Amino acid sequence: MIFDLLLAAALLWSAVQALTTPDLFRAVVLFIVFGLLMALAWARLDAPDIALAEAAIGAGLSGALLLDAVGHLRQKRRERSP
Amino acid sequence: MKALLNIAVLSLTGALGLVLAWSILDLPASAVRLPEQVTAQLDMSGVAHPVTAVLLNFRGYDTLLEIAVLLLALLGMLALPRQASGSKPRPVPASPMLQTLARLLTPLMVLVAGYVLWAGAHRPGGAFQAGAVLAGAGVLLHLAGLLPAWATPGRALRAGLATGLLVFIAVAATLMTQGTLLQYPPGWAGALILVIEASLTLSLGLILAGLYLVLADSKVQA
Repeated sequence: MIFDLLLAAALLWSAVQALTTPDLFRAVVLFIVFGLLMALAWARLDAPDIALAEAAIGAGLSGALLLDAVGHLRQKRRERSP
Repeated sequence: MKALLNIAVLSLTGALGLVLAWSILDLPASAVRLPEQVTAQLDMSGVAHPVTAVLLNFRGYDTLLEIAVLLLALLGMLALPRQASGSKPRPVPASPMLQTLARLLTPLMVLVAGYVLWAGAHRPGGAFQAGAVLAGAGVLLHLAGLLPAWATPGRALRAGLATGLLVFIAVAATLMTQGTLLQYPPGWAGALILVIEASLTLSLGLILAGLYLVLADSKVQA
């Protein structure tokens, strides 16, 4: 029960932080954290199939894609203002 | 003025959330008991895990359309006018540490994908999760500088991308001659589902990795 409440609070906190932080890199890391917490929540809800998919696709692949996008943006910004 | 606006927006969203929560709690109980129906028919589905039974047998049609949609998404990306960014190397060359780690991890990830695919018949797992693990291996190899980007996918790669959908459609069309779309004969259901899932895993891994690798080293023309 306490674990579930903590999990729900952490989910909401990471979601709000990911949406409001001005730093893109921080936002992506928080998004990955949110995805992993969400996978935990699905596992707690007795939905291990969705938990697996969320961890692999939601946190893993999307996170890697977003990180790569941040890298490209940084590179572009560096080229524009050397 | 701004504080007032903030308070108005906050109270509106709060009210909307409350109404949503209240309407979810107020929903009538479903008239059709789907879990019981699935459990009752599970013996005929060819697999022992209810989720796989629903995805690949009872609602196989949905999964067929899903893989078609994913393939279409990748084809759309391939159709974008692109130009290779030329000989410009990756900004930071990958460290030997990362390369060694990627070399060590990739066979393990392929093994895990195979296990997850096999486990899908009787416990949580299945083609989508296994495909995602395969795609993860592809992305890792690319980030470590061991796998070039797919600017123009060759013949083998195109065949791999389409295998899942083609095998699925071939099975569906063969079963169509027996009468109904995707109604497996009871004795064959398990084997057919395994064949479909194996080809789906390969294609899903390539498609998901492709969403990443196709545009990796090219600039999209605006």
